[in-house]
Amino acid sequence: MPKIIKVKQLDLYYNQFQALKSVNMDVDNNNIIGLIGPSGCGKSTLLRTLNRMNDLIEGVKIKGEILLDGVNIYSSQMEIYELRKRVGMVFQRPNPFPLSIFENVSFGLKVERFTDKKKTAEIVEKSLQAAWLWDDLKDKLNESAIKLPLYQQQLLCIARLLAVEPEVILMDEPCSALDPIATMKVEELMLELKKEYHIVIVTHNMQQAARISDLCGYMLLGEMIEFGKTSDIFTNPRDKRTQDYITGRYG
Amino acid sequence: MKVLTEKGIYRLLMIIALSAIAMLLLIVLFILKEGLPFIFITGIRDFLLSSEWKPAAGKFGIFPMLVGSLWVTLGAMIVGVPLGLAGAVFISEFIPRWAMKIIKPTIELLAGIPSVVYGFIGVMVLAPLIRDYFGGPGLSIAAGAIILGIMILPTILSISIDSIKAVPNSYREGAFALGATHWQTIHMVVIPAARSGIVAGIILGLGRAIGETMAVIMVVGNAVKLPGSAFDSVRTLTANIALEMGYATGKHREALFATGVVLLVIIMVLNYFAASAIKRGVKK
Repeated sequence: MPKIIKVKQLDLYYNQFQALKSVNMDVDNNNIIGLIGPSGCGKSTLLRTLNRMNDLIEGVKIKGEILLDGVNIYSSQMEIYELRKRVGMVFQRPNPFPLSIFENVSFGLKVERFTDKKKTAEIVEKSLQAAWLWDDLKDKLNESAIKLPLYQQQLLCIARLLAVEPEVILMDEPCSALDPIATMKVEELMLELKKEYHIVIVTHNMQQAARISDLCGYMLLGEMIEFGKTSDIFTNPRDKRTQDYITGRYG
Repeated sequence: MKVLTEKGIYRLLMIIALSAIAMLLLIVLFILKEGLPFIFITGIRDFLLSSEWKPAAGKFGIFPMLVGSLWVTLGAMIVGVPLGLAGAVFISEFIPRWAMKIIKPTIELLAGIPSVVYGFIGVMVLAPLIRDYFGGPGLSIAAGAIILGIMILPTILSISIDSIKAVPNSYREGAFALGATHWQTIHMVVIPAARSGIVAGIILGLGRAIGETMAVIMVVGNAVKLPGSAFDSVRTLTANIALEMGYATGKHREALFATGVVLLVIIMVLNYFAASAIKRGVKK
């Protein structure tokens, strides 16, 4: 069931400032796509165009196309709520809702006005299991989610997404608030999840991109400098600017 | 020399701060001293639950006033809470920041209008309308409820707006990213997250409604009797004190102080709940 994301000639403006300059990107298999680049290069902005989170910011203008399964997500053929369900997002700071663990995971179902209680409980269990939280949390589903340790909060945010069965998972520096051991755990989970989901991850951490991504894009000042196989980018970059970045000359 | 000045300033500020607390204590002690003995002599039950308030005959039962305060306050809540909450949600979630910066202070200006002006509008505009459309004297529970409901709006609105604005944006993003609509995000995440602040605002508004005197005297009619409907005239606890204190002596005067004690206790209990609601919010 490989699904396709195609970004074509994407320009994005914050008022006068151009944050993305005719970006192209193709994803056509179940891969982990890493986006790397120095701060302010537009990698998070690009990520947030994929589920239209940028729409929440005033003064954003977009030109170009993003196709999901051949449908332009900025066209009227794609309802924005539907899109966000198909393209879920994990944020930099874990952001579980100030509700119980159960309510967090079942949130997406409630949004769908899904009322079958038994089925909901099943889905919550399945999602927590898929995010490796079930064993730790099964006895405290009614406790507040924001009292969990940070890395469990982040896993919970992933479980919350899995409950609505997205096709693509976007991750915006999902490990930057976590310690190395928790980071490792999240990375292992990502490798597990990529069997069933497309994952696009923005990361500040070049080693992380090298470790887990299959395809990698290097961005600089709003441009996609290079996009290709991770192994190529890290061992044999075509562009001198990519080479400068990955060898640590700047960034 | 510097150290000495520093210490002097520290002491001075401390004395000023303590004297504010001392004043509160003195007021409370004074009211208790004047009112409590009367309550104990009459008996709490007789004082609170007897319906006969006939100072000339030595009968002091504040039940009608207690009921009056209760109904007027409840009515004010029915008017003020939905308006305040809906307004707060709209102002904090749906309009651009610059507009909020104009609208919020404007609403807060409502709190600066003297209560006698509210009362005046109530007497001149509201009471005749109620009299014409619903019958009765016009000066009634309904009139008091509507006027008070408007008077507590700024309290409820501005505290609710602040607590809704204090909900981290990451919660909203999280909900949007799961495909929630704006309204779903508001009622499923934002309001629950802001709930303790909203509750605190409502309780503070409640306290204001119970304590309000001037506007209420002007619009509720002040008849000492148990009301049969929302369009009957009543007297509130605060009105009772304000209306009779001028000429009361002896037992009568003590009974009014005792009414003050009852009010004081109600307000303190409410403030306690408001404070604990706020604290619960902070802990989260």
